[in-house]
Amino acid sequence: MAAPIVVVGAGQAAASFITRHVTLGSEQPILLIGEEAHPPYQRPPLSKKYLLGELERERLFIRPLEWYADQTIELRSDTHVDAIDRDRRQVITAGGDSIEYDKLLLCIGASARSLPADIGGSLDGVFTLRSIADIDKMSPGFQTGRKLLIIGGGYIGLEAAAVGRQLGLEVTLLEAADRILQRVAAAETSNYFRDLHTGHGVDLRESVRLTRLLGEDGIVRAAELESGEIIDADLVLVGIGCSPNTELAKAADLDCDNGIRVNEICQTSDPRIYAAGDCTSFVRNGLQVRLESVQNAADQGDLIARVLAGEAVTYTALPWFWSDQYDCKLQIVGLNQGHNQTVIRPGATDSSLSVWYYRDQELLAIDAMNEPKSYAFGRKIIEAGKNPTAAQVADPATDLKALAMS
Amino acid sequence: MANITWKMEDGSEIIAEVKDGLNLMEAATANNVPHIEGECGGCLSCATCHVFVDPEWFAKTGEIDDIEDTMLEMTDVEREDNSRLSCQIVASSALDGLILHVPEPE
Repeated sequence: MAAPIVVVGAGQAAASFITRHVTLGSEQPILLIGEEAHPPYQRPPLSKKYLLGELERERLFIRPLEWYADQTIELRSDTHVDAIDRDRRQVITAGGDSIEYDKLLLCIGASARSLPADIGGSLDGVFTLRSIADIDKMSPGFQTGRKLLIIGGGYIGLEAAAVGRQLGLEVTLLEAADRILQRVAAAETSNYFRDLHTGHGVDLRESVRLTRLLGEDGIVRAAELESGEIIDADLVLVGIGCSPNTELAKAADLDCDNGIRVNEICQTSDPRIYAAGDCTSFVRNGLQVRLESVQNAADQGDLIARVLAGEAVTYTALPWFWSDQYDCKLQIVGLNQGHNQTVIRPGATDSSLSVWYYRDQELLAIDAMNEPKSYAFGRKIIEAGKNPTAAQVADPATDLKALAMS
Repeated sequence: MANITWKMEDGSEIIAEVKDGLNLMEAATANNVPHIEGECGGCLSCATCHVFVDPEWFAKTGEIDDIEDTMLEMTDVEREDNSRLSCQIVASSALDGLILHVPEPE
């Protein structure tokens, strides 16, 4: 019997690959190897509805567990892959099994960065947020009146802050940079979310540096700032970004550059090995990029199934993202890297707004806060390669639908 | 419980019993209905769970809010009067027998 397609990493990219493989009627068997105890599941709700306790675990699963067996896909959970032997075309598991592959897919994601142990990073009560297991560990601590300290004002930290406030915790958020979301958004978007969170009672502090976390009997109790100030904490969430899981690929001598390098068909430097999702890095519009998003994982996984089925397709998907905080729905389309101008489009209400990113006259991306029309029609406008003027976008009377369809 | 039927363009059907409270995007992916992806998990950001509701049933599936109405502009197959995003339709006994037609892109 021919060797299977082996998929390492059971996340969104793997699920999307398998779904397309099945839809295309491909006969080649698949072995899916995952490190966690669960079938592929959605990560975005972890820091939102799942942490809030509004979603049962099974509803996170992208497909029910039985689905894999029904599609004759072998799912090995709780299994870590230690190494790739490219000469023998095998992966070697931590248990010592050697598994032959015909094609190999690396969908191994990224890992949350933690604080070093010597500044208190491994005290009890200090968490990172990436998996179901992470939430199951921290959620018992999300009790009314407790003090939640969040290190890092990125999307994970902000989403957790919103959940904390909704559950009645006292929330302090520390950002080392001079504004939250500095790495990913323009000042106007940062301003919007700062107002949103302070309006909901978060003690949000920017340009603040943490010196160390202080514990008692191994349990975190407080944080010490560079200023000398001490902030009490019952639990601490570290949301300082994540790093691509490239160790497996590097050890197998696959090209890496802030992620496993893939070409326009998601192939690594070994033509039998493909990669998809947060672990990959690729060239888009002349820039080497790595995306942390469901869209990218799903679209790359889908593309690989098409490529293996013989379709002549390349990866050109337009990135999109979302976040939910309190009653604000943020929707983002495009990548704002390289922008040199932003234009504000006022929304229909006080709490709605969109930020349009331009490089000179070229429209690159849009952040839409409670402004689905800017997102939906903006996406069409970008896809069509249209570049409305700043004056058109800033004028609330401009009909975006007409602009998209013109 | 509701018995839901998804009809494909080639006339084939998928019929499933769906528990109350689940949305019909989740029900479709659980039952392997092709072309229903639900990438955003039902938070109205992807428009990949588009269905045409059988006209007799359309009114029973509930109101379309502003966000869904906007997102229906983004579907791969162009929207029609009976279009819905199936993540916004929640199963209940009132929908027992519901028929959805699945648009197929390309």
